[in-house]
Amino acid sequence: MIAANNLDKRFGAVVAVRDLSLRARDGRITGLLGPNGAGKSTTLRILYTVLKPDSGDAFIDGHSVMCAPLAAASCIGVLPHGAGIYPNLTARENILYFGALQGLKRAAARTRAQQLIELLDMGEFAERRARGFSQGQRVKTALARALVHGPQNLLLDEPTNGLDVMAVRNLRALLAGLRDAGHCILFSSHVMQEVSALCDELVVIAHGTVLAAGTPEEIRARVGAATLEDAFVTLTGEGGGA
Amino acid sequence: MHAILTVFAKEFRENLRERRTMFSALVLGPLLGPLVFAAVTSTSTRVGMRESDQPVTVAVTHAERAPNLLGFLKQYQVLIAPVTLDDAAARAAVATHGRLMVLDIPADFGAHLADATPAPLTLYTDASNANGASQVERVRGLIGRYGQELARLRLVARGLDPLVLSAVVVRDVDVSTPQTRSVLALGMLSYLILLATLMGGMYLAIDATAGERERGSLEPLLTVPVPRWQLLAGKVLTTCAYMTMSLTITASAFAIVVHFSGLERLGMSVNMPPAAVLRLILYCLPMVPVGAGLMTIVAAATRTMREAQTYLGLMLMVPTLPLVFAAIMGLRPTATLMLVPSLSQHFLIMSVLRDEPLPQLYQLLSVAATLALGAALCLIAGRLYYREKIIG
Repeated sequence: MIAANNLDKRFGAVVAVRDLSLRARDGRITGLLGPNGAGKSTTLRILYTVLKPDSGDAFIDGHSVMCAPLAAASCIGVLPHGAGIYPNLTARENILYFGALQGLKRAAARTRAQQLIELLDMGEFAERRARGFSQGQRVKTALARALVHGPQNLLLDEPTNGLDVMAVRNLRALLAGLRDAGHCILFSSHVMQEVSALCDELVVIAHGTVLAAGTPEEIRARVGAATLEDAFVTLTGEGGGA
Repeated sequence: MHAILTVFAKEFRENLRERRTMFSALVLGPLLGPLVFAAVTSTSTRVGMRESDQPVTVAVTHAERAPNLLGFLKQYQVLIAPVTLDDAAARAAVATHGRLMVLDIPADFGAHLADATPAPLTLYTDASNANGASQVERVRGLIGRYGQELARLRLVARGLDPLVLSAVVVRDVDVSTPQTRSVLALGMLSYLILLATLMGGMYLAIDATAGERERGSLEPLLTVPVPRWQLLAGKVLTTCAYMTMSLTITASAFAIVVHFSGLERLGMSVNMPPAAVLRLILYCLPMVPVGAGLMTIVAAATRTMREAQTYLGLMLMVPTLPLVFAAIMGLRPTATLMLVPSLSQHFLIMSVLRDEPLPQLYQLLSVAATLALGAALCLIAGRLYYREKIIG
């Protein structure tokens, strides 16, 4: 369960996030949808405790990111933008490193890494050094790394960037499986099809503020648009003044 | 604590696989320094030998006017090359390095000798030609001795004791021992050791901060439930470990090179048994956190690996500046100077090589002051990790 309350964040003169509140519930996939530069990444970075908001607070399973960032961090798995992994470590070593940092015992981390390697179909490259991995292999490794400690909440920043069709389908199936197991999943995207194919809930943001939130159907109906895409264009067009 | 060790183990292993880190830590720094040192000392040894043993050639105009003088010079391995040059030609020959020196014997040389009045000689040399300086000195000295011999004989012929000309005698007492003399040649050794130590950790410091940010792996790392200072401590510790390896290899390599460098032939002896090598390493060890902290600060404050490399290249000079000052100003160890990191290590290295231990207070001051600076730098590096800019 993720709850953000009235987040504000500015970088110098640039306002990245303004009075932003959102909910992402357990057993749901929530999509953070917005055009480039809308503040999606900044919002996620605040939620996964890498940035501190100027005001407002966010709670991960009840742990404040302001007051108890480490407790909040232990409840989340993160797939940041770009999925950077260590080129001189094998895929398995990349996973085990984060397992150890998450506080898993060595044996537990090994078992868990093996499970994830099978789940994500990584057997072929698990023992290879990550230098020269394809984008798909990198994302899988980064995803396994994010899931190694079995977090209740999963935050993904544009996870399908650079993935081919099959990889995207596999990722969708994986996220749906996690949702059905009761996890809370929040991911950002600017791709409409991806969001409509996957999300139970939607938060549309532009210029750092929330324009609409609810199920895709609710949002479409509220705006009075024929499709979700039309709703998105209407929302961001009016809300952003662009 | 567990997280620090986890980061340490991972960074250590990952960099064992990074050819660039290994090259600069274990090959370039540790071996380049001793090799440069060996080349320089063995060359200066050879030059020194050549200059004292090998015959010198002097071009002489009108050699027939001073047969006795030239005969005297020949006894001392001076080769006479008779030439015919006027004043301008002699100057030109020396200026263009065609001749090292030209000795002109004027027409009235013999007449002056016969009259017992000062007999003029002209010696054309080029004082800016450092290569031949010692050979010119030798010839000048020999001519002077010839003149003294003649003067002595004249006094005896006049029934005077030649000693009347020696009103004062200076007795030269050179207290330098073989060890202290070789310290001049070893002056650059502390510089090379400190440089190699720093280089040992340079690429790792860059890779662990600026590199990690550039690869995009820093952000996920910062999402783990571990205080950032612990992540940084693991990285700094790894940098320290590689620097220590560099230091150990460098010091050992120097001990071997010094052993075979032929410094003994120059009348120098260098004291570097294993126990001295160990002391040298221990004295330099406090510089390790200083270097690691300094390099991590630079790498954390810069935006890209390339930028970090540029600044760190310059940064390698900083700890060597005190050594340059020490050399120029001829500084000697004092309690105050022992508070200056890198300079105090230089003094301690020299004390090991000279086998003249400095007071324990001095050793303590050096270790304490350097460690304090290292701790301060590491704290600053830790604070930089809490800046939001760190994720770029």
